[in-house]
Order: sequence, then C-alpha cells, then structure tokens
Amino acid sequence: MIEIDSVTKRYGERRVVDRLSLTVPAGDFCVLLGSSGCGKSTTLRMINRLIAADSGSIRVAGEDIRSVPAEALRRRIGYAIQSIGLFPHWTVEDNIATVPRLLKWQQSRLRDRVTELLELFRLEPETYRGKYPHQLSGGEQQRVGVARALAADPEVLLMDEPFAAVDPITRDALQAELARIHRETIKTIVFVTHDIEEALRLATQIAVMHEGRIEQLAPPLEILEHPASDFVSDFVGRQGLGLKLLSVRKISDRMRTGENAEGDPLPLDTSLRETLSVMTARRTDRLPVCNAEGRKVGVIALADLVR
Amino acid sequence: MRGSSVLASPLLWVSLFFAVLLLRMDELRPVLHWAFPGVEPVIYQRSSFFALFLSHLGLVAAASVAAILAGVSLAAFVTRPAGRDFRAMVNVVATVGQTFPPAAVLAIAVPIVGFGPRPTIIALFLYGLLPIIENTIAGLEGVPRGVREAAEGLGLSPWQQLRDVDLPLAAPVMLSGIRVSVTIAIGTATIGSTVGALTLGTPIFNGLVGNKLPFVLEGAVLVALFAIVTDMLFARLERWLRWEAKQVISGTDR
Repeated sequence: MIEIDSVTKRYGERRVVDRLSLTVPAGDFCVLLGSSGCGKSTTLRMINRLIAADSGSIRVAGEDIRSVPAEALRRRIGYAIQSIGLFPHWTVEDNIATVPRLLKWQQSRLRDRVTELLELFRLEPETYRGKYPHQLSGGEQQRVGVARALAADPEVLLMDEPFAAVDPITRDALQAELARIHRETIKTIVFVTHDIEEALRLATQIAVMHEGRIEQLAPPLEILEHPASDFVSDFVGRQGLGLKLLSVRKISDRMRTGENAEGDPLPLDTSLRETLSVMTARRTDRLPVCNAEGRKVGVIALADLVR
Repeated sequence: MRGSSVLASPLLWVSLFFAVLLLRMDELRPVLHWAFPGVEPVIYQRSSFFALFLSHLGLVAAASVAAILAGVSLAAFVTRPAGRDFRAMVNVVATVGQTFPPAAVLAIAVPIVGFGPRPTIIALFLYGLLPIIENTIAGLEGVPRGVREAAEGLGLSPWQQLRDVDLPLAAPVMLSGIRVSVTIAIGTATIGSTVGALTLGTPIFNGLVGNKLPFVLEGAVLVALFAIVTDMLFARLERWLRWEAKQVISGTDR
C-alpha cells in the first residue's frame, strides 16, 4: 500500500506537483494518466526517492520513506522505465539478478529466481539467460527490464511509460503480459502513461493528472461514464467514447448463460470491443463463450453489447 | 588460423626487433664503425641498454600509475553530483599541467626534491594527467542516461554505480586517454636524464654533450621503438575492449 499525503515539488517558482494526495491500496493497479509536464513522472519518482519531495509525506507499506536509507527503500520497490536501462555489459541473467545480488541472495536461489522470471515472461530460460541486451529485440529487452524490476519480489512496482517506445504489436503483447502478471502476483503497481487506451486496459484505478494535481481518481469505467471535470472529459476524449466503454467491459459482464451458438468460443475475459471486432470479422451477431478451461458456458450477442 | 594472425601482426616483429636491439646492440659495432669512423667507443658503454630500459620503464610506470589513479579519481569525482562544482577547476589544473613544459617542471622540482628519478616522475605525472582526465570524463558522460537512471532506481549505491556500471562502460574511452598519456610519457621521460635519472635518454644527452653521434642514434631508436611497441599493445587492448563494448552500447541507447 502506498499513501501519498499532500506532497509538493517545486522547480523554481513552478509547482510541478501541487499538494497531491493519493492512496493506492495493496494489490491495486493505479495508472497516473496525463499529458507531458503534468507531474505524473515526478510523482512516481518521489515514491522511490529519486526525487525528494519539498513537503508532505509518502508511506510505503505504512513506513515513511524518509525513515529508511534511499538504497534500501529502492531495493524493496521495483522500477521499470521507458528507456529500459538494461546494463549492456551484463547478461540477461546478471541484469535480472541485480537487486537479489545487492540483497546478497544465495547463488542457487538467485539462479532459480531468474529461471522463474524468464518463464513468467515466456522467455525460454536456457536460451535467454546468457544473452546480452543487444542480442534482444525491443520487446524482449522490456520484458527483461520488467523481470529485473520484479526480481526481488518487491511489494510495490513503479513503471514509468515502460511500453511507450516499443511498436504497437509488441506493446499490445506486453500489456497483456503485465495484466496477467498483475493477476498472478498481486503486486501494488503504479504506472505512468499518457496513453488513455493503455490506462483503460490495465488500471484498476486511474488518476487523471493535470498541472500537478489529480483531476479525478476513479476506476476506468467511471472515468469514461462520469468524468469529474471538463478537463477529464476532454482528455479521455468524447470521440470514440462508445468503443472505449466497450474496451473496459468484458464478456462476463453481459453474457447469457444457458444458450449456445456455433463457432470458436471467446474466453470470458475478452473485452466487448474485441468481441465486436470478432463479430464483424465473422459476420455474425452471436458468439459462444467459454471459461478458462475452454468449456462453453454461454453466448454473447450483438444486442448485449449496446444494452 | 590464429597462429598465422599472430605471425602477421606487426606487433610481434616490432617487439622482436626492439628486444634484439636492446640486448644485442654490440652486434652492430662493425656497422657503426663503418658509419662513424674515428668515434671510439662507438656504442654507449656506461651501463647496459637493458638496465637503462628497465629504469626508463620504472619511471614511466610509476608516473603513469599515479596519473591514472589521480586522473580517474578526479574525473569520477567531478562527474558525481557532489563534485560537479569542481569540474571547471580540475580542467584548468589539468590543462596547465599539460601546457607547462616538462623541462620547466624539472627546473622547479629539482631544488625541491633534488636530483634523480623523483623530479622526472613529477613532471611525467603532471604532463600525463590531462588526456586521462578528459577521456575519463567523456567516457563517464557517454553512459546512456537510462542505464544510469536504472542503476540508481534499482538501489545501487553511488559507489556501486561507479564501480559496476559507469567505469566498465567508460573503459574503452578511458583507455584511449591512458594510451596517449603513456606513449607521450615514454618519449618525455628522456629529459629526466638531464637531472640524473637513468633512462634511454641518457646516451642521447651523453652523446650530445660529448659530441658522439652514435650514442644519440642508439638512444633515440630505442626510445622510439619502446613508444611504438607500447602504443601497439594499447591498440590491441583497445580493440579487444571496444569489441566487448560494441555488443554492449548498441541497442540500449534508446
């Protein structure tokens, strides 16, 4: 859990972050959303003390971050950034093991952890552990970057536009992986982005930021349906609002049980936007739905999407 | 394949030539007699060339090790947040050290530390500092920003950032500076002979004073070969380091 209490950061006269308060409950995926210069990265970087707040206080897991040495604090908090920053002279294994090594883990435990993380990111351990960063694609580098952030099993993970520099297809895959990893590991994540679609897809809570303050803090659906201010409604965009609404709802919200339809079933957690896309492509208004085990459990119809 | 590349390398042949001249200069006696009739002795005799070489090597090594330690430490210091304010000053001091003629340093140092190897080491140290400082700063500043931010954000202490990330990544550029510094020091060390240090410059000055041209030639050729061999060794080390570093820098600098 992260509690930010009335934090201010000034650069000269300008308040980059202005008396900002935010509580991120344990296990939440909180996205700080805003255009560049709104203070979202500064806020993130104050959590692991890369930037010192001028006033206010921040607590991580109930402990004031100024009460522990900065290095000890950072080793407890995962950190992944847009430029990735893999150490080019170290192998994938050494990169991932950075923090566990700082924490003086046993060699065998360290190796097992690297294997476990590479598997979590679907990178074949024996192929990848000995590679150098320049031998990886951009998407693989970012996977290793996030794996490195998760290596010492931190309670909190901070991510600063981690997927902004990769191509759209890779970004899509990385977002899906991050969503899965969040479900599987239940970390508290604070994620900075300017990409509304990314925020809608990943967040449990979105904090829309503007001029150093939070304009609205709410789950994705509420941000879309009830924007708290003109700024928020402009930022999330009135255009394509319907599609954005579909993208935050899942089949499980709307499906009919006890019916059946022909064709390949879609999983329960498919977004309604993706469902609409599949319907259009298959020229049908009814699709079967399956659960995680692949068993058909019901049907989703075009009419359900606009209900 | 590997064997033939070693045989084809100029480094091997130049080193061999240098070693043979150093140990068997006597064999050239007939040639020198023919070239410089009437000069006796025609080969410098007061000490062996090998002994002069060892003393020369010792002076250069002492000064260069000191210059590397001081230069790298200063460069590391002024590129840390705490030392940033001193950067301009360190640059000025190093530049003055380089522009101040080594002969003048000797003239000032001798009254203070006396004759012998010590004033020479001081002059070489000051003279060699600038290229090391400059290149180390350039190398450290060339470390990609994202890499530095990741190192700090993951919880490496400032010392760990320097030792494990910044210095290894700066190494190829640093090495270029060390190469320049050491090569210049080998040539410059000869003037130490004017204040009582034993170097391969000793026969040169002896020959100049006693009007014995062969001595000058013998010393000069050996010093030149010494510098060339050293430079080639560094070139090889540099190529190896850059090769290691090449796989390294590309692909992460985004």
